[in-house]
Amino acid sequence: MSKHRTIKATVNGIAYERSVEPRLLLSDFLRQTLGLTGTHVGCEHGVCGACTVLIDGDSARACLYFAVQADGRHIETVEGLGTIDDLSPLQQEFREHHALQCGFCTPGMLMTCVDLLKKYPLASDAEIRDGLSGNLCRCTGYEHIVRAVRAAAARRGRKDDG
Amino acid sequence: MADPDVLRPKHIGARVRRVEDPRLLTGQGAFADDRIVPGALHIAFRRSDHAHALISGIDTAAAAAMPGVFAVYTAADLEGLVEPLRATSRMRNYHATPLYPLARGRVRHVGEPVVAVLAEDRYRAEDALDGIAIDYAPLAAVSDPRAALGADAPVLHEEAGTNVLAEREFSRGDIAAELAAAPIRVGGSFRFHRKAPTAIENRACIAEYDRGRRLLTLTSSTQIPGVIRDALADLLDMPGHSVRVVAADVGGGFGGKASLYPEEILVAVLARRLGRAVRWTGDRLEDLATTSHGFDEIIDAELALDRDGTMLALSAEVIGDVGAYSIYPWTAALEPVQVVSFMPGPYRVPTYRGRVRAVATNKAPTGPYRGVGRPIATFVMERLVDMAARRLSLDPAELRRRNLVRPEEFPYRVASGIVWDRSGFGECLERACAAIDYPKLRTDQGKARAAGRLCGVGIASYAELTGIGSRISAAPGMPINTGTETATIRLDSTGAVTGNFGIASHGQGLETTLAQVIADELGARLADIQILQGDSALVAHGTGTYASRSAVLAGGAAVSAARLLKERIIRAASHLLEAAVEDIDAADGRVFVSGTDRSLSFREIARAVYTEIGRLPRDAREELEVTKVYDPFFGTATAATHIAALEIDPQTCKVRLDRYVVAEDCGRVINPMIVDGQVHGAVAQGIGAALTEEIVYDEAGQLLTASLVDYVIPAASEVPPIETIHLDTESPSTLGGFRGMGEGGTIGAPAAVANALADALAPLGAEIFELPMTPERLFRLITEATAQARGD
Ligand code: FES
Ligand code: FES
Repeated sequence: MSKHRTIKATVNGIAYERSVEPRLLLSDFLRQTLGLTGTHVGCEHGVCGACTVLIDGDSARACLYFAVQADGRHIETVEGLGTIDDLSPLQQEFREHHALQCGFCTPGMLMTCVDLLKKYPLASDAEIRDGLSGNLCRCTGYEHIVRAVRAAAARRGRKDDG
Repeated sequence: MADPDVLRPKHIGARVRRVEDPRLLTGQGAFADDRIVPGALHIAFRRSDHAHALISGIDTAAAAAMPGVFAVYTAADLEGLVEPLRATSRMRNYHATPLYPLARGRVRHVGEPVVAVLAEDRYRAEDALDGIAIDYAPLAAVSDPRAALGADAPVLHEEAGTNVLAEREFSRGDIAAELAAAPIRVGGSFRFHRKAPTAIENRACIAEYDRGRRLLTLTSSTQIPGVIRDALADLLDMPGHSVRVVAADVGGGFGGKASLYPEEILVAVLARRLGRAVRWTGDRLEDLATTSHGFDEIIDAELALDRDGTMLALSAEVIGDVGAYSIYPWTAALEPVQVVSFMPGPYRVPTYRGRVRAVATNKAPTGPYRGVGRPIATFVMERLVDMAARRLSLDPAELRRRNLVRPEEFPYRVASGIVWDRSGFGECLERACAAIDYPKLRTDQGKARAAGRLCGVGIASYAELTGIGSRISAAPGMPINTGTETATIRLDSTGAVTGNFGIASHGQGLETTLAQVIADELGARLADIQILQGDSALVAHGTGTYASRSAVLAGGAAVSAARLLKERIIRAASHLLEAAVEDIDAADGRVFVSGTDRSLSFREIARAVYTEIGRLPRDAREELEVTKVYDPFFGTATAATHIAALEIDPQTCKVRLDRYVVAEDCGRVINPMIVDGQVHGAVAQGIGAALTEEIVYDEAGQLLTASLVDYVIPAASEVPPIETIHLDTESPSTLGGFRGMGEGGTIGAPAAVANALADALAPLGAEIFELPMTPERLFRLITEATAQARGD
């Protein structure tokens, strides 16, 4: 196969240097090379959104990126949000509103929502649903996810709550 | 003195946050493909691109020589290693079909695995697929189930001698005479197209073999670890304790992961043979082409009524397209037979005849999909009810009201043999109508219609049998027992409580709900309880999570085991506290003597029993572990009414759902938050089934919907907010009073949406006989109806 290339990428604040095949998908790099299996893949053709991560702060589909394209960039994955004992406010709202069932779409949903919460007013349910429409969930029927995002958006305005 | 409130159940019925969530929210779940095993070999499959062909030759030499390739396997290499799988049944007129992990001499559908490449990683395994040459001698393929019934149709399984893999008829009364004499008859030919369950997690599995212990462990994205353990033990001739099937976290199933698949058998066989871990990670193309499909029926049905709207007779002739194989363990009969079993629905239908044929075609096999048969039965029956209401100029709600089984008529025996226990059939209808303000909805609709808008309201009432016990098999004549579940509950030497179960949660939150049940029954603290499930090694026998059974069966087993364990804890406490058993109760992880301040924690009791030997007389040290098997025998009815209000945009034929209400009787509610979530998700699937989702094969059996761009499941912008009403009345028939509710939403939604569409189109005189009603189909329907109205 084609020659390996060395890439340097920061993932959840940790700098990694790895030699990878140019064709290696970013999703496989995260899951297999780095063992960060929180990022899921549901289609590998850019439709389901399960693999969503942040690349330099913007949401992106890890299955549509090659690992080599992450060279020199900052990647954030679900593992970089809160921890089991200290969930982030968004994760707390997901739990509070039962916004996950099997939890497979959840990491991608969360990363999309992090991006949405940063960039958009999310003033109406229609806007929230629009923002979520690139992430498929087969379990929840979305209603509880909408409520969680609504709550997170309201909470965003308040002080000392990220 | 104990506060009496403390004694009352307080976890059942509460909106308890899920214990599963923290791990799933932080990316710490343990899905099958998350299991990292160094040195594992990856399998990639070369799958059939023919719908029907003989395999005349396979050349794998080039593939075997490619970099990173460890071995290449064909069916010939597996001879003697594994028996073919056969879904047997006691049902008459049924033909089982042998299924090999790799196609043996012949392929019968596109996507069937033919050659397996094992390589050091998935990339290299997939590279090597290009190095495989397969010579096919194409056979005539049959894609249309009606054509498959023809005398000159190619027969898929010669040993069956027919494409009709199963046949069944239910009848009560003289259908011909009743139909002939009836003043009102409505009917038609209905079509419900094929669906894919489409869990967001594709199927994946990894088998590991510990040679020293002769232990085979299969980690798989499955709903049925116990069934697979038993089947693999058989196929590989191994004792059950040497085969373990683990499904820790599973990313949705909906029935698609409730069958045993060739890939699971193959990784197990090869891991054992090679003494190395072997894994397979399916992709979405493989999922849409090979995970069991659902539904897919043609139904000719007719309903006869009296002039006052009383139902007199119903007849249904069903052809179920079951695809190329009879799936294990459910058989090809499962889906189509349920259509005729449940067709009469929650109504008094004195005379009935339902006949069904399960027909093999060159497509992926169908299997269980959320609702199994009942979404189709409900679609047809509820359409007939609305057609009759229109004919009689009666309100659709009123016609249902006149025919639903009344409270005093329970238990009611359906013409197909199903028995409904007491359930709120009529109450669901009334509660749904009240919640949506049905009279106002009709007034508003009238105004919108007058303004030329295509607005419709659709009702669907149905009943389903859930928590099915041993009296009836979940699939007709199937030789495995799906009617019991086991719970083992233990208080260990540290005072912690563990509940072991044979079910396999894949989104239902059963680790939470079963802990709620145990907490209340045992008087334990929620935080002290851990539920273990999704692992065949936990109990002697268990089959998994499917068919709306887990809350009923595992919940019932939990109730009975917890009650017995509590008695033992209290007996130990009576020695330690020197009080009579009758004066002692437990709550919040403590036992206490009523009327006193004397109490002990579970932890203190555990220490006294296990460690501080001498504190209890020798014969008073009972085992603090109880195993109970629960069998609800018949099962219990779950009923609901759905009401949908929608508008069709005549320009784009896009359908916008404005309101959606579900009123359901799912028995005693363990966790209303989880029940809501199940209903929302299931309704969304039903909406998908009604409006967008369709697996399409062309006439030659080629799959045309092999990506999520072509097979369209609903996104957040297409699903309306769903309002739910729970009747919360205990089932009289189950221990704990629970009824199953995981599938119901998908049963009611296609019918409610279809009726709302038909209602919206009523001014044009159009009827809905087919689902999904895609924009394209709506466009054609509207164009034809408009042309007819103009008299063209
Ligand atoms: S896995 Fe990347 S979008 Fe589906
Ligand atoms: S929670 Fe299962 S796919 Fe979203």
